[in-house]
Amino acid sequence: MYNLTCDVAIIGGGPAGLSAAVAAKKESGGRVLVIERDESIGGILQQCIHPGFGLTYFKEELTGPEYAGRFADEAKELGVEFLLNSMVLDMDERAGTVTCVNREYGMTAITAKSIILAMGCRERTRANIMIPGSRPAGVYTAGSAQRLVNRQNEMVGKKVVILGSGDIGMIMARRMTLEGAKVLAVIELMDYLAGLTRNKVQCLDDFEIPLYLSHTITKIEGYQRVKGVYFAKVDENKKPIQETEQYIECDTILLSVGLIPENELTRKALIDISSITNGPKVNQYMQTSSENVFACGNVVHVNDLVDNVSTESIKAGKFAAQYAMNTLPKEEKAVENIAGENVRYLCPQSISVSPESEKVSLYFRVLHPDQNVKIIARDGDKVLASKKRIRVNPGEMEEITFNTGYISGSSVTVEVVKEGQES
Amino acid sequence: MVKTDVVVIGAGAVGCAIARELSKYKVKVTVVDKRDDVGGDASKSNSAIIHTGYDAAPGTLESQLVVAANPMYEQLTKDLDIPFEKIGAILPAFTDEQFESLPAIKEKAFKNHVYDVEYLSKKEILEKEPELNPEVKGGLFIPRESIIDPFVLVQALAENANENGVDFMLNTEVIDIKMEKGAVKEVVTTAGIIETSYIINAAALHCDDIAAMVGKADYKVMARRGQFYILDKNTSCKVRNIVLPIPTKITKGKLMTPTIHGNMLVGPTAEDLPDKEDVSVTTEGLDSIYTDVRKMIPEVNIRDTITQYSGLRPNRNPEGLHVDIYEDVKGYVNLSGVRSTGITLSVAMAKYVAEKLKEIGCELALKDDFKATRKGIPCFHEMSVEEKESIIKENPLYGTVICRCETITEGEIVEAIHRPIGAKTIDAVKRRVRAGMGRCQGGFCGPKVIEILARELNLRTDQVAKNLEGSYMVIGKNK
Amino acid sequence: MKKEIICTVCPIGCHIAVEGEGDNIISMEGYGCKRGEQYAHAEFAHPVRILTTTVKTDSEKTPLIPVRSDKPVPKEKIMDCMAEIRKCLAKAPVGVYDILIEDVCDTGVNIVATGAVK
Repeated sequence: MYNLTCDVAIIGGGPAGLSAAVAAKKESGGRVLVIERDESIGGILQQCIHPGFGLTYFKEELTGPEYAGRFADEAKELGVEFLLNSMVLDMDERAGTVTCVNREYGMTAITAKSIILAMGCRERTRANIMIPGSRPAGVYTAGSAQRLVNRQNEMVGKKVVILGSGDIGMIMARRMTLEGAKVLAVIELMDYLAGLTRNKVQCLDDFEIPLYLSHTITKIEGYQRVKGVYFAKVDENKKPIQETEQYIECDTILLSVGLIPENELTRKALIDISSITNGPKVNQYMQTSSENVFACGNVVHVNDLVDNVSTESIKAGKFAAQYAMNTLPKEEKAVENIAGENVRYLCPQSISVSPESEKVSLYFRVLHPDQNVKIIARDGDKVLASKKRIRVNPGEMEEITFNTGYISGSSVTVEVVKEGQES
Repeated sequence: MVKTDVVVIGAGAVGCAIARELSKYKVKVTVVDKRDDVGGDASKSNSAIIHTGYDAAPGTLESQLVVAANPMYEQLTKDLDIPFEKIGAILPAFTDEQFESLPAIKEKAFKNHVYDVEYLSKKEILEKEPELNPEVKGGLFIPRESIIDPFVLVQALAENANENGVDFMLNTEVIDIKMEKGAVKEVVTTAGIIETSYIINAAALHCDDIAAMVGKADYKVMARRGQFYILDKNTSCKVRNIVLPIPTKITKGKLMTPTIHGNMLVGPTAEDLPDKEDVSVTTEGLDSIYTDVRKMIPEVNIRDTITQYSGLRPNRNPEGLHVDIYEDVKGYVNLSGVRSTGITLSVAMAKYVAEKLKEIGCELALKDDFKATRKGIPCFHEMSVEEKESIIKENPLYGTVICRCETITEGEIVEAIHRPIGAKTIDAVKRRVRAGMGRCQGGFCGPKVIEILARELNLRTDQVAKNLEGSYMVIGKNK
Repeated sequence: MKKEIICTVCPIGCHIAVEGEGDNIISMEGYGCKRGEQYAHAEFAHPVRILTTTVKTDSEKTPLIPVRSDKPVPKEKIMDCMAEIRKCLAKAPVGVYDILIEDVCDTGVNIVATGAVK
């Protein structure tokens, strides 16, 4: 077995891992190692060739490869080390050891003072949402198709129907159109857009691609290759209304029906996982239930903006480095964050309160769209912070920030209520 | 023109078991199948159980073959390196009526020479299977009901047959059978004519079409569709045994069982269809599985499903398993009525058919050099660290993980492509080494497997198929 | 000419109704802020987009390189630019921000690499 030791080991060299690596190196100057399964770093951003990245973090509009490139360059300059083509198979978090397999070195064990999980997420599949019909070739998740088109130079089909109005789905609608395919419909189960409005305008409207809200695919046709799809309007219980069924002839179906954090390693290590986010539960240091294991990015919860991933990952990197140096603030008490009215989940799920007051930001998604609302964080009857929002949408992450010094109880509740109706 | 002694039509479990059995003898055997891979239709979409025959109709050929086959698997799966586990089945009784029917089931098992069925008290059955609905009153335990990898079973039989000299012609559809002087003479296929003295019709769903070619269509085969769910290995509610419902007069019902690879399998439906190709899944069918199985296992978490599929079992009308030979069609053996017990009985059927062949004059003399064993593809994720180390040193392709959900390496995929009866399609790779069989269903590894297949088989990427001809994955290079 | 524009400046997504011809705008309704007004004006008179796609390379290992327009291109020229970019073959090595096509379709905009090929 090939053995390596370092201060901070980071599993995953995508945007989360790279941002965390930069921050960890800056904080400690110790040995920081990124373990990446692909032959190059950048993760999913390598195939996200479209613009729209970096607007909040870099205050300019970048493409995926450029965004990843900035962090990769910085990491290399700082002396972060990379172990490419290396798939992590096991983690013994008590010993701080990660075992991976690498073509060159064979089985490799990396022992680190702290570990950061940054494995990202995977796409929900046809089976996850149980689309009825046959099982021909030509049904792809949007991300797989994106890899084929943007990295492998393969065209996946000519006549395309997209299920789900998530950002990747809409971006692939434009991408396929630009490369000469005809995108015949984007079908969305909910009565609102799953992704960003900007993407609807620039990816669908620009190319006159029809969007069907409150619709779903009722049957896939074709035995060898997709021949077509039936789709129908859904009622208020999301059940298809038979009389509204329509047929579209197509050879390809792309699915953009959600992402799931990829936590097989986390699960194996028996780290606490939230049943709502499907990611590890963390505190504001992005520290998991195993104190030497931190996590960041889409492995924790699915983000819509990579800029938010970087912000969160920089925290993970910084605090994992502090843990490695034994300078992480000592916890005085743990405070639980509770999702109140119209809040699906909160991330971090808990706050580690130390004698030193610090600012914490809680990120969350609403359960349903609303307008003219107030976001309130409270500790019992005491309001810790509040802010107004003209519009909130489950597709867009919200945030509220307050000082830990104000917390006196054992929990913080965040709620989103109609303005004027707050108690 | 190809010349052979015996043509086996159909490369499902039964066809491949027959081929392997005949490969012990000094006789030239050719297997033809219209599909891209061995594994047939019904043989690849079933509940992956090796039955004991406890519930067969006593005295029938089906009972005789299933009961004889079950004990053969212990040795066969060792010889051919097939994942197999004798986990046992339980039949829980929830109503008084069901509870009172248990003695009759046990008695029937006895008549089928299945003597090891045991009664379980409420306490015993709940200890065996804590996920059962606590209303359970008691039940039966059938210790030798087992689980197997049905894909590997068929592949192993085929590979071993091939190593012992059997030819396989895949993507080859039988169009006609020519006779001369009341005996079979030629099989006309899409790949040309095969001259032969004996034909074994093991075409399952399509065996009536083949029988019609020799004028023996005195039965019809309809498709009975069974829909299934596969649940994630991490699903919140897992059973330890094969949990079978007590059958009603109308149906055998829907079961839940672990698979040999640690997933949960739930199903099937039983729907008679006019179409022999319709392997689609339906909302109604899938919902009915959940409704029924939840009665036995209340916490079954269908939302953890990673795939759903349908299998078509051949439903003979009139019913019954038949192996027929005819005075006026010499050299022809017709198999019909092979249904859900087909996987199990395949290996006993093979011996039975060999006897039939002898009966109709086929000379079967044992070979001296028959090789009875076959080694499976080395499975990286089941190896110890030392074994992993050494295989990577030997072949660095084992150091690259392609399918991250199931931890399948490039080495395993390349081996699957190049072994005898190698994988030529995405699904054939998946059924050999499980790349794409996990929770992302090939989302990550699919694009890479296309590249590997193209590279290894020297194909353009648009020639790489999911399975059948026409099931292309991509339409060509974009630029 | 009348047009409804969905504002993309912030997530609110105001629907802005604009009437006029080119830069000569007669009426504009529905914007929520100054930036929205500017956006609607530009989007009505001269809609532009950053164009991103790929260019074929002569490298076997990296068959494609991601590219972008270094400035936004007029929306109506996007398909013309795509046709032009399709003809391009990048010879390795290529560095990030190397210009692969100068002044694509007389737009005054360059097509530059956003990745690298060794």
